[in-house]
Amino acid sequence: MALLLRGGRVVDPQVGLDRVCDVVIDNGLIAQIGDDLSIDDDGTIVECAEKIVVPGLVDMHVHLREPGFEYKEDIASGTRAAAHGGFTAVACMPNTSPVCDEGSAVRFIVERAAERGRVRVHPIGALTVGLKGAALAEMGDMLAAGAVAFSDDGKGVQSSGMMRLIMDYAKQFDAVVVAHSEDECLVGKGVVNEGAVSTRLGMAGWPAAAEDIMVMRDIRLAELTGCRLHVAHISTVGSVELVRQAKAKGIRVTAEVTPHHLFLDEDALTAEAYDTNLKMNPPLRTSDDREALVAGLLDGTIDCIATDHAPHAAHEKALEFEIAPFGSTGLETALPLVITNLIATKRAEWADVVRWMAINPRASLALPAIRLEAESVADITVIDPEARVEVTPEFFESKSANSAFLRATLLGKATEVFVGGRIALRNGKVVD
Amino acid sequence: MLSTRHIIDMSDLSTDDIMLILDTAESFKEVNERRIKKLPTLRGRTVVNLFLEPSTRTRTSFELAAKRLSADGINFSASTSATVKGESLVDTAETLSAMACDMVIIRHKMAGSPRLLARHMDAHIINGGDGMHQHPTQALLDLFTMREKLGHLEGLTVGIVGDVCHSRVAGSLVPALRMVGARPIIIAPPTLLPARPDVLGAEVANSLDEVLPDLDVAYMLRIQMERAEGMPFPSVREYATLFGMNEARLARMKPEAVVMHPGPMNRGVEISSAVADSPRSIVLDQVNAGVAVRMAAMYLLLGGDASGAAA
Repeated sequence: MALLLRGGRVVDPQVGLDRVCDVVIDNGLIAQIGDDLSIDDDGTIVECAEKIVVPGLVDMHVHLREPGFEYKEDIASGTRAAAHGGFTAVACMPNTSPVCDEGSAVRFIVERAAERGRVRVHPIGALTVGLKGAALAEMGDMLAAGAVAFSDDGKGVQSSGMMRLIMDYAKQFDAVVVAHSEDECLVGKGVVNEGAVSTRLGMAGWPAAAEDIMVMRDIRLAELTGCRLHVAHISTVGSVELVRQAKAKGIRVTAEVTPHHLFLDEDALTAEAYDTNLKMNPPLRTSDDREALVAGLLDGTIDCIATDHAPHAAHEKALEFEIAPFGSTGLETALPLVITNLIATKRAEWADVVRWMAINPRASLALPAIRLEAESVADITVIDPEARVEVTPEFFESKSANSAFLRATLLGKATEVFVGGRIALRNGKVVD
Repeated sequence: MLSTRHIIDMSDLSTDDIMLILDTAESFKEVNERRIKKLPTLRGRTVVNLFLEPSTRTRTSFELAAKRLSADGINFSASTSATVKGESLVDTAETLSAMACDMVIIRHKMAGSPRLLARHMDAHIINGGDGMHQHPTQALLDLFTMREKLGHLEGLTVGIVGDVCHSRVAGSLVPALRMVGARPIIIAPPTLLPARPDVLGAEVANSLDEVLPDLDVAYMLRIQMERAEGMPFPSVREYATLFGMNEARLARMKPEAVVMHPGPMNRGVEISSAVADSPRSIVLDQVNAGVAVRMAAMYLLLGGDASGAAA
């Protein structure tokens, strides 16, 4: 049964497309793109006037929490949240319980996602056994089971020698090493950015240098080993500059930034609130860092926007700031935030959004490209740029509501999501 | 009346509030000098001392303050509390709220915990020290003692010496001094400074000896070894040599200048025994003022006016 997406503004810089036209989906693929297209009477017409039609968005950094922490999120709820946020695919981090550090654990996620997932799920396997930073995990076995990249996200690999071993080993598969850049010696008990906020709120600080030093090390090791490096959740002026220089030297490095680091800074943290939804790893940085991240995104130094969607149960965040867990949910607010802060303000074009949220995440994970052209897999997101989004606890499809943007009013959201031609989101509602 | 329901952070208070508390404390201090040290003012009101971190002097001071105002005081300390059984602070707050307590004094090793408590109960909250953040009644009693001994607050130069980085006392005292027109100077090795002392509103000096002659008050902080993540100085000996208050340094201060300490003192580290026991040390006056200032804070928060204090 065919689908006709009628009259939307179709944007895909990969094929030089940015104009109002129709898209026909049939049998899971894009059948045709052009003007005044029609389908058989038994097909479905989706009116896309005033909407933007783009290649399906990918969030390359989420925590789906299954297995082990299903009370926070599971593959079913996490992929519902992904569809609600306009994503056709996510890559999930291995810090589950047990840790996703072997083929059988990857296979579990792939199978569970096939049964219950609303969007595609690409597992990221651990670099080291149990995320302990001590022994190589079975990357070959995990790749065979469907892993797309490797990371000890949540904890950086502390030993430079171990990181070198990891990169040397990963290189034989041309696998991407996703680095969580945190020097634990410098972070200590830090819970907020070191500076004005750590001083004012009386909490241990987490210096920007703790990230910069690891990013510098890993870039140098990528140069040494030839391994592909992806810098996760980049958050500092210094790291952005290091990635910029590395790219200029031709080193194989990519980077992602989260919406919370792009659109919030440490000044959001106040002694009146001690809002634990603003506690993240890495911490919210200064306005200078935030501006450098936006600039790095706009000039192409930073390749991707990824959410680091980190759901936590309400009772876990309702603790004293210093002992509450790190993280904010992100899947359902990312696109509205980008539209509100970068499109509505005319700082970026739709083609940029497609690069940051669809093209580059696939390229960073070495996934096949999705192009808006005939014969391509029909992973497509339709966006209403004028829709209003009230970020309330009831807004979320995620099991958790620990969003750094609770109570915000945002502009623009996904209304339709197609995954291999199957409708996952229709009129802004997740389709079961 | 105070302009705030809680005393959690110095920013809860206006300068007028500070002065009202200090003036009210004057009359309570007089009560504390009577043979019968008790007023009926807060009869029937319930004050809970929620001390989730070990404390002797602060808890005793608040307990005495409550008793001398005839409030019913309950101690809910770490060893007997539900919190060691894994109850969250929010549940503790809601439990105490269900028991209809009028006021909670909280001491907790986590910054921001009094604010969390305030969001989950109706009672008035006084922060008895939250982690490395603030300890506002300590700052108030320090102001009271400075005013009592030096006659005024405006224009005083106060050197706060030592472990500022881990000090909730400094976290409250620096803004408090600024609010009353005094000039705080933080004096510490760089390893014991907060990342941005300017944010607190303090000047910074690295050498105690350089600023010594300018000081009206030398406020010596306790070195808190238990909080440091790695020794922030090579030895106690070197620390005492560079930053300790001793007789030689005292002799270089203005003749009317005084030495203060929030206690408990590490004699021989931040303060020598000779200085601690000298007439220039007003450490015990601080302790004495503590009870009166806490009586004033409780009384004013629970709705009293100046006339009740004089009873």
